[in-house]
Order: sequence, then C-alpha cells, then structure tokens
Amino acid sequence: MRIQILGTGCVRCNQLMALTEKAIKELRLAIEIEKVSDINEIVAFGIMSIPALVIDGKVKLIGNVPSLTHLKEIIKKG
Amino acid sequence: MLIIFTKLADLIVFDLFHMPADSRWSGSLHFFIEDVTKIFFLLVIMIYVIGLLRASLNTERIRVFLQGKNRFFGYFLGAGFGAITPFCSCSSIPLFLGFTQARIPIGITMSFLITSPIINEVAVVLLGGLLGIKFMIIYVIVGVFAGVIGGIFIDAIKAERYLMPLAEKMKEESVKLQGFEKQKITFRDRQQFAKDELKTIFSRVWKWVFVGVGLGALLHGFVPEEFITNNLGSGQWWSVPGAVLLGIPLYSNASGMIPIAESLLTKGLPVGTTLAFMMSTVAASFPEFVILKQVMKPRLLLFFFVMLLLMFTFVGLILNLISF
Repeated sequence: MRIQILGTGCVRCNQLMALTEKAIKELRLAIEIEKVSDINEIVAFGIMSIPALVIDGKVKLIGNVPSLTHLKEIIKKG
Repeated sequence: MLIIFTKLADLIVFDLFHMPADSRWSGSLHFFIEDVTKIFFLLVIMIYVIGLLRASLNTERIRVFLQGKNRFFGYFLGAGFGAITPFCSCSSIPLFLGFTQARIPIGITMSFLITSPIINEVAVVLLGGLLGIKFMIIYVIVGVFAGVIGGIFIDAIKAERYLMPLAEKMKEESVKLQGFEKQKITFRDRQQFAKDELKTIFSRVWKWVFVGVGLGALLHGFVPEEFITNNLGSGQWWSVPGAVLLGIPLYSNASGMIPIAESLLTKGLPVGTTLAFMMSTVAASFPEFVILKQVMKPRLLLFFFVMLLLMFTFVGLILNLISF
C-alpha cells in the first residue's frame, strides 16, 4: 500500500499528515507516507482542494481533515 | 426563538451579578454573553446541517460543470458556486490552476475566488441571526455581484496576459485527470462528513468569535453613539473609502467581523459604510495576495486589488445614498 498526502504545507495539510501517521501507527502498519507538495504534481491528481489523501494512486479524501476513526476506516479499506 | 439568548444575558448580568442596567460594563458584558452564546449555537447547528447537504458537493465536480459553459452565465455560476463551496485560502492556488487547466476563462475563476471568501454559511447565518434578514440578503446580493463584475472586468482587460508561467503552462497542458474515484455517498457518510466539518470549522473559528464579539462589546459599551454619527456618518463621503482601506490590513474572517459590524451598526454607522468595511476585511487581505502572487504577475495583482477597492467603495456609497 502506498499513501500520499497532497498539500502545500498549510495548517490543515500538516494536521492531515500528523493524523495519518497516528492512524498508521495505531493500525500497526508499516507504511511510509509520501508527502507531495509540488503544486504541479498536486494539480495532476485532478484535485483542487488541499489537503488530500491518496491511497495507491486513488484520491480518497479532498479538502477536509477527518476524524481519526474515519481515517482508520479509509486506510483499512485501502 | 433567538430571544432566549437575550434573556440568558439578562439573567446573568442583572440577576446573577446584580449589575446596574445603565453602566458601560454591564452593557458590554451583556452584549458579550448574548452574542457568544447565540453565535456558538447558530454555528453548531448550521455547520452541521449544511455539512450534511454539502457532503456530495466539491470543487472537482463544479469544475466539470463550469467547463465549456456560456461565458455570461459562467460568471454568475462561478460566483454562485463560490458562494456555496467552503473556502480555504490555502486551496486558492490549486483551484486557480485546476480551473485554468480545464480552460475555464480566468474571469469565471476570479468570480469564484472573489465570492467564495465573502459568502459562506457562517457569514450568512451570523448576518441573519445578528443583523437581520434584510441585511443578510443585501450582503449576499452584493457578494455575488462583486464576483460577477470582478470576473467580467478581469476578462475585459485580457488578464491572461498577466499570468505567471506556472499558470500559463497549465493552459497548454491537456486535461488528464487521473485516479479520481467517484464514491457513493450514504447517509452515514454524510453525517461523518458533517461531523468532521463541524470540528474543523469550529476549531478554526471560535477564537475569532471571541475576539470579534469582545471588540464589538467594548465598542457597544464605551464608544458613544454621537462619536460615530458625527464623525463617520453618511455626511462624510470619505468614510466609505476610508473604511475599505482600513479593512485591508485587518485580515479577519466573517465570524469575527460580524459582531463588530453589529455593534457599529447599532451605534449609527451607516449601512453602506459598515458593509464596505466588512467586505474589504473578509475579501481583500494581504495573505491572500501573497498566495495569488504565485500565479499572477504584479500588474494583474494590482488591477485586482484596485478593482476590489473601487467596487466596495462604490457599493458602500450607493447603499448609503439609498439608506433604508
């Protein structure tokens, strides 16, 4: 599984990053989170609100920071 | 229904603290308690309800909708969508680029970007609750028209000439949207979304409410009415452009601004001046310009800035003339 966080470093992007790290730790998964902050790359995903969560190349969340439980569910589903 | 918050403030200030009804401090405290409780109540309910409705709406869908639309309707649609989608200034660059990439005219994108911070559920609810329905309607109409006129103007000066290379490149590229998954939305998802929204918006906004209501309360208790009407009344033509200029460095969001506007209005500041001040604090801000600098050349930024300034001043003056 490959997880990417798209964001240019705004407050909410950092929140999502920290939350995802926490979720992965609590789920006991060994996944590296990749941070995508280049605006060209972000736009290439077809999204326009940041932050966004991408799992295996698929956009799962756009523009909002979910709760920890919700985020865990998303990651579990893959 | 909202009278219970006045009663609550009465109860605390006069019955619990036994403060005299005519003192400045009791006036300020009363304003503070009434507004903070009322605003928090309205915010929680409205953000949640609107979150439920908005779970299926996002800018990605809007882009598809706006693509290839008739230009004239495009401005209205752009501004209209700007009004109903949430806005976070950190998203304005990806949004700008994304719209450009889809070959949506830059004017329509600007209509969206101008209206979006002005009109949002928080602003509308607070305006309706604190200043009344009439003021709310005027605010919404002015906000949409500001976006439409701004967009038309930007296209009229052929603003594509003044885009930064980054944005220009986007225009050349064909749109290839990858990996965007369409998901079915159940009612449970909606509730989840609404809950998340409530948490994020509330945690961002509550401190602004305190600051805004605090300042509003001090104004309410300590600034005499004659001071405002004599010095900033509609007789002084310069008060409107002055308010607009003053609003620019005061970067705030609507939730902090509205309690201040409420206080100023009840003190006799004319409607047009109040509105112009509000719009300029919310819509034109330095952080926003710094962000837009990445995609616009300085000249376009300057045009944009001057245009907002003139527009808000003009609206303010007209409203003061009609003064209802």
